[in-house]
Amino acid sequence: MTTAAPGATHAAPEEPVFRRLLRATEIDTRMLGMIFALLLIWFGFNLMSGGLFSGLFLTPRNLWNLSVQTSSIAIMGTGMVLIIVMRHIDLSVGSIIGFVSTIIGVAQVRVFPMWLGLDNPTIWILSVILALAIGAAIGAMHGSLVAYFGIPAFIVTLGGQLFWRGAAWLVTSGQTIAPLDPTFALMGGGPHGSVGATVSWVIALLACAGIVFSIWAGRQRRARFRFPKRPMWAEILLAVLGCLLVVGATSVVNAYPWPPRVAAAWAEAHNIPVPEDGLFISTGWAIPVLIALVIGFLMTFVARRTQFGRYVYAIGGNPEAAELAGINTKRITVMVFALMGMLAAVAACIDSARLDSATNVLGQLDELYTIAAAVIGGTSLAGGVGTIYGALIGALVIQSLQSGMVLLGFDSAFQQMVVGLVLVAAVGIDTFYRRRTAKG
Amino acid sequence: MDAQVRTPLIEMKDISLAFGGVKAVDHAYIDLYPGEVVGLLGHNGAGKSCLIKILSGAYKRDGGQIFVAGEEAHIANPRDAKKYGIETVYQALALADNVDAASNLYLGRELLTRWGTLDDASMEAEARKVMGRLNPNFRRFKEPVSALSGGQRQSVAIARAIHFNARILIMDEPTAALGPAETAQVGELVKQLKSEGIGIFLISHDIHDVFDLADRVTVMKNGQIVGSGRVEDMTKDEVLGMIILGKCPPGAIPGPGAMQS
Repeated sequence: MTTAAPGATHAAPEEPVFRRLLRATEIDTRMLGMIFALLLIWFGFNLMSGGLFSGLFLTPRNLWNLSVQTSSIAIMGTGMVLIIVMRHIDLSVGSIIGFVSTIIGVAQVRVFPMWLGLDNPTIWILSVILALAIGAAIGAMHGSLVAYFGIPAFIVTLGGQLFWRGAAWLVTSGQTIAPLDPTFALMGGGPHGSVGATVSWVIALLACAGIVFSIWAGRQRRARFRFPKRPMWAEILLAVLGCLLVVGATSVVNAYPWPPRVAAAWAEAHNIPVPEDGLFISTGWAIPVLIALVIGFLMTFVARRTQFGRYVYAIGGNPEAAELAGINTKRITVMVFALMGMLAAVAACIDSARLDSATNVLGQLDELYTIAAAVIGGTSLAGGVGTIYGALIGALVIQSLQSGMVLLGFDSAFQQMVVGLVLVAAVGIDTFYRRRTAKG
Repeated sequence: MDAQVRTPLIEMKDISLAFGGVKAVDHAYIDLYPGEVVGLLGHNGAGKSCLIKILSGAYKRDGGQIFVAGEEAHIANPRDAKKYGIETVYQALALADNVDAASNLYLGRELLTRWGTLDDASMEAEARKVMGRLNPNFRRFKEPVSALSGGQRQSVAIARAIHFNARILIMDEPTAALGPAETAQVGELVKQLKSEGIGIFLISHDIHDVFDLADRVTVMKNGQIVGSGRVEDMTKDEVLGMIILGKCPPGAIPGPGAMQS
């Protein structure tokens, strides 16, 4: 929430250029560290899979897949940050995914079509609403047990992990339900579950406009209250960097074409002749990735600009002080767990849509990857500290490791070991860094 | 002596609070008039903090009544207390260490924009004004309060208590963490608030903190009131005798905790 000291804009001239840049732009050094680690992982895998600039990792195809694979952990990570900031933990999110996905699987395959007919366009909406309602209800229940009965969140959600996984099995007696509603399945990504080149560029343009506008609005606000402003060059630099990131990412996802067979089938269905060297149809942003980005944006807004978010952080910083300040800490606890449950439900929709099936084992171990994403992203288990963007980058780091090791043909046993090591190392480095900055 | 005929701002009657078998507060009575400073003295564990936390809503009493300006008040939590204009500066300051001064100042009572979002800019602007009055040297508005010195944290805590039109201010060991200059500053502030008609409870285990600022003192021992009286009717030694021995001097009105002679 706070990055630079006031008066930081009047940097002494002898200050090193890099540090002056950081101060003027108010960029968080921790975020830079994470991005640096991410680039290291990316180029490392690229090097090992062929060459620093010619490897298999940094290809549109791999990066596009990476973005889709990251989305569900990223979505849950944004909620887990708030949970951990409040000094709680949620070990049940993976099982919530399993339970919610079996329920909505049964609902959209066996129940809704009986009333509405098969392929009714409202089935997917009803499924999503049902998922969100169940997720929120489960989360609110966990939160109430934590807040009003004083049972530690670790125990409540450990119980929840076992309970909902078992419940998921009961819903379908262990059967896998497939295929799901075709519209619903678009949420999972894939060639059809992506928005294509044109829409991707429109989204990119809107995002750039949003970046420029928010920087401009922030400057106006600072001017209105006569607070120290960032220097103009820093504002422009931030805007340019932001837009470059958006445009760069969009060109990457647009550079990934539909697989030839999918493209050919589509061409045949639409009576379009296929040229000899194949049809190039840009995949563009995948729908689950867009959902994750929108949720990341919304959750950042919730964490920073709403009373609820402020209270979550205040409670994490000093629960007693928050209570004495008149904050209804119990209600906030219930709300935060309900929010987490809803985000797990969104992840359940995406995961089951991606597999085009619902099964009771969906989301196994996801709670651990979600917690790891939040913690790698700088969320402190001591409470009070953590950012949404950190969790998003953390999720990307974990998924990059997994995906890179798959690409290199590592054993899955080995993959788990590496992710475990990275988690411990990340927290170790972070602790060291915090201790050093605390000293001065 | 017109204070005797006016309605007290605060009247706590027959207040009791027990933790398990321990009577932390035992049928205590205390009152406070507008523009008056009442020192609440006693050893650590005498029950003074407990008594006052009942008033600020942090603890729920087992028995007794609280009257604010003559009317019975229902105080079950800190929010209720704030509704009656009762503000508290806690001994441990009760700041959320990880957020900045403005966020702490407005914690629980945030300013919102017309869209219902946090109006951080207004809060910061307002915080700059308040802190400018209280502690002109205060500059670190963007940093989490954990980065501030004891005195600066104290001014944030006090600013939070007085910024919202407090009628009754409770200060629990307000100078415990402060150096001499800052202690003097708090003293000035107490006088200023008193002249504005605010009633103030000063809680301390150190008689010197309180004696010069208070109009009256009330002494507690083992959860009971030893006695209370006007400072001009007592000497420091007599008050010390009340704190240590529970011996009520002739200038004070004895309470149930007074030593029977």
